[in-house]
Amino acid sequence: MAAIYSLYIINKSGGLIFYKDYGSAGRMDTNDSLRLASLWHSMHAISQQLSPVPSCSGIELLQADTFDLHCFQSLTGTKFFVVCEPGTLHTEALLKHVYELYTDFVLKNPFYEMEMPIRCELFDISLALAVQKDRVALLGR
Amino acid sequence: MPPVAPRSGDAIFASVERVNAELFTLTYGAIVRQLLTDLEEVEEVNKQLDQMGYNIGIRLIDEFLAKSNVSRCVDFKETAEVIAKVGFKMFLGVTATVTNWDAEGTTCSLVLEDNPLVDFVELPDTCQGLYYCNVLSGVIRGALEMVSSYLNGRLGLSVDNLVSMKTEVTWIRDMLRGDDAFEMQVKLVKQVPEEYPYKDDE
Repeated sequence: MAAIYSLYIINKSGGLIFYKDYGSAGRMDTNDSLRLASLWHSMHAISQQLSPVPSCSGIELLQADTFDLHCFQSLTGTKFFVVCEPGTLHTEALLKHVYELYTDFVLKNPFYEMEMPIRCELFDISLALAVQKDRVALLGR
Repeated sequence: MPPVAPRSGDAIFASVERVNAELFTLTYGAIVRQLLTDLEEVEEVNKQLDQMGYNIGIRLIDEFLAKSNVSRCVDFKETAEVIAKVGFKMFLGVTATVTNWDAEGTTCSLVLEDNPLVDFVELPDTCQGLYYCNVLSGVIRGALEMVSSYLNGRLGLSVDNLVSMKTEVTWIRDMLRGDDAFEMQVKLVKQVPEEYPYKDDE
């Protein structure tokens, strides 16, 4: 069964505003997750410039031996990415769904400040539901 | 995975959660009344409504993008059409028409024949300078500032040409002032290059 290892949200300036890991594989401490987030932000930017494809919107998938990294960037510049077991399916749908949850439970919370770290319990709860393995499979249908 | 097709304003409107229209209209009315009491000056109320709209717009844009699946617009004309046909429909339940384009394609008017915000409103003589729906212009200004478009008139849809849209939104016609429709003029004042304007070879 394919598993999601961790989920990141980075704001348009490259700051990590949300990090969550699921299970033991690939667990990182705070410093490492911050480093990965800003590294990914820069790599994503560079990939847009280097791409031979016109109007390229940046890396969407990084495949490694031990993990896949799927990235989705909204038109407002916020990036959502998951690190998961190689070959995990339906991650595009999952990221899209996480974006919707973010607009519903984070941006609509009047006490959330834009571009700041996300601390919203409702978001955490609905996210936990979405990331459950069987739910991810449902999203693909 | 192929990109998901953009959804029509009607389809989104049918699927999102809605509130009672009167609750919405009366809540907005109460806010405007309270602002008038607190700020006293009509001009200040206009400014405050615009600022509130801006604060809403910068958040609302993400919900719009997440639920409508629209992709990046190729020019300001397409942007205006999307706001009028999908944006207004999704959040207000009405559609606007886009008219009065200037020659450069940077200024246009959004005309609302029907506006749920003003269902029961009659402006008293003391509030003649009030733009009752100024929150709407603020929303549009805020929302557009958060997204980037391709620089108008430039060939090649390259990321180098991506700019964020600064707009000015002003009311031209207002039914509360005796006009036959609501018309707001949206003017693209500045396109600010965003993200990575730094180049080594410059």
